[in-house]
Amino acid sequence: MTIELKAAVKEIRGITHIKPTSLVLETGHFNVLLGQTGSGKTSLIKLMAGLDPLASGEVWMDGQNVSKLSTQKRNISLVHQFFVNYPQMTVFDNIASPLRVAGMAKSEIQGRVEEAADILQLRPMLNRRPQELSGGQQQRCALARAIAKESRAVFLDEPLANLDYKLREELREQLPELFAGRGAVVVYATSEPEEALLLGGKTALMDDGVVTQFGRTAEIYRRPDNLTAARVFSDPPINAARMSKAGTTATLDTGASWTVSGSAADLPDGSYTLAIRPHHVTPVPAGTDYVKLSGKVLVTELSGSESSAHFELGRDGWVSLAHGVHPYEVGEAHDFYMDASQAFYFSEDGRLVA
Amino acid sequence: MKTENQRAWFFVLPVLLLVAFNALVPIMTVVNYSVQETFGNNVFFWQGLDWFEQILRSDRFQAALGRQFLFTFLILIIEIPLGIIIALSMPKKGMWVPVCLVLMALPMLIPWNVVGAMWNIFTLPKIGLLGYFMNDVLGISYDMTQNPFAAWVTIIVMDVWHWTSLVVLLSYAGLVSIPDAYYQAAKIDGASPWKVFRYIQLPKMKTVLTIAILLRFMDSFNIYTEPFVLTGGGPGNSTTLLSIDLVKIALGQFDLGPAAAMSLIYFAITLLVSWLFYTLMTKDDAK
Repeated sequence: MTIELKAAVKEIRGITHIKPTSLVLETGHFNVLLGQTGSGKTSLIKLMAGLDPLASGEVWMDGQNVSKLSTQKRNISLVHQFFVNYPQMTVFDNIASPLRVAGMAKSEIQGRVEEAADILQLRPMLNRRPQELSGGQQQRCALARAIAKESRAVFLDEPLANLDYKLREELREQLPELFAGRGAVVVYATSEPEEALLLGGKTALMDDGVVTQFGRTAEIYRRPDNLTAARVFSDPPINAARMSKAGTTATLDTGASWTVSGSAADLPDGSYTLAIRPHHVTPVPAGTDYVKLSGKVLVTELSGSESSAHFELGRDGWVSLAHGVHPYEVGEAHDFYMDASQAFYFSEDGRLVA
Repeated sequence: MKTENQRAWFFVLPVLLLVAFNALVPIMTVVNYSVQETFGNNVFFWQGLDWFEQILRSDRFQAALGRQFLFTFLILIIEIPLGIIIALSMPKKGMWVPVCLVLMALPMLIPWNVVGAMWNIFTLPKIGLLGYFMNDVLGISYDMTQNPFAAWVTIIVMDVWHWTSLVVLLSYAGLVSIPDAYYQAAKIDGASPWKVFRYIQLPKMKTVLTIAILLRFMDSFNIYTEPFVLTGGGPGNSTTLLSIDLVKIALGQFDLGPAAAMSLIYFAITLLVSWLFYTLMTKDDAK
């Protein structure tokens, strides 16, 4: 099964929410929509689900143009960030509700609901009401409804955002196997790069109502083809600074310079934007070719086994992320080392060049 | 070691005094009157529960109580569904929202005795717009000063006009607090408008509706000003509700003892029915 967007546009009262977007989403793997809040993930999902009308363009499902089809007829499921269940109904009735509307036989409903409840470990709670369940169970109930419905497409709109950390990890591990082999196209919207990496499959990076890059998740992470994509797909945010290249020497505005190697060495002379992920900037050099940077430490954070330091590099704010605990003094200058071989080079207009 | 002292009393004291002066003392005065007989000059005779017995057995009280329950029942059965329907049909966003809200709030801003006077003039035959229209244009005999049925229709319509807005505003507040996600879920399931109402809107409005029903019950059960100004309890005794009857006994006849006993019975009934409503309507949540 597939969902295909053909130059789909969404406008509300003259404001464009989704700029012309073309995308082919397939079954067999998760399709992650990754972007910050307000980047258009939910808008795009609503377009595909038929909850909002298209301003122009088309939506196709399985080779059929569904642009004019109502939400109900598109046969889809949607799981929200909020736990949306019918408050007056039991868990059983909640899972069964779309099947009943579709007019399915009682015995078949029973079977489907029980199967979905087993998968999501809701068996003992079938007779309870949603508000008597924990947040995780409520969301599992919403997921069970999506599974029991056996729809063509399942849209998961930040389904784990309102769960606490432990539950989020647990459910995230289960999600891919829940939908494996069911044939539905799974679209998963998230603002966390880590989730995109963990759920694998393909990722569409979104920014300001536009898909900036789409492809296999690992490939996009390794080679974001523009600066915006690199920024979206990095947490903490990717470090960027202006750089000029002359011969084989690269120089930052702050004066730090090094000899470029690899594909970057073939770039014509001129100015570029260098971007490097925070974990390639460390307080201790791991090799002789590391480039020394120096900056005033602004904020430090210790999270478990990693410590991060935000520091000033010229006019830019940079972040270093390193294993272990490091003795930073806030407000004092500190030396950091950058693994320049891991850096991305973007042209002035933001395209990846090396 | 734990320090124990009586300092907490100082914090409770102001509240205690306030409650004493605005509730306990007045009520105890009424209790005091209700068990005694007085002929003026501050001479009192102990009467026990005689007044209570007399009131409860009297046809006059029972008739007034019956009318009171009928009135409250009728206005609740009209105002609650009507309020919900109006709230459902009001716009959820856009420039018409404030217009609708102000229009809705308008009747509630009018003082009660003005409402009574307005409707009195409005419905008078020959003079009033409605009275003239009914009698002389449509040819339907309508005179609430002569006909008990017309008087009842008028006080009911007046109360519906005055207070349905309260139900509308409360229901509307409940409706707009429902996240879009619920409507989307219903759309995806293909649920009918009735199911959306039954399984999403009604459950989500439940809390505010409980408040609306309680407020409308208490207010309508204790109503005095509007029907008093409009009909004065007449024609005959046909619209003499409990409060109107009570004032007649207390101030008209100056029977302080029976009036006090009646007040307490009145209060007890209001309290009991409110409690019943509340308990029944919140039963599910307690589970």
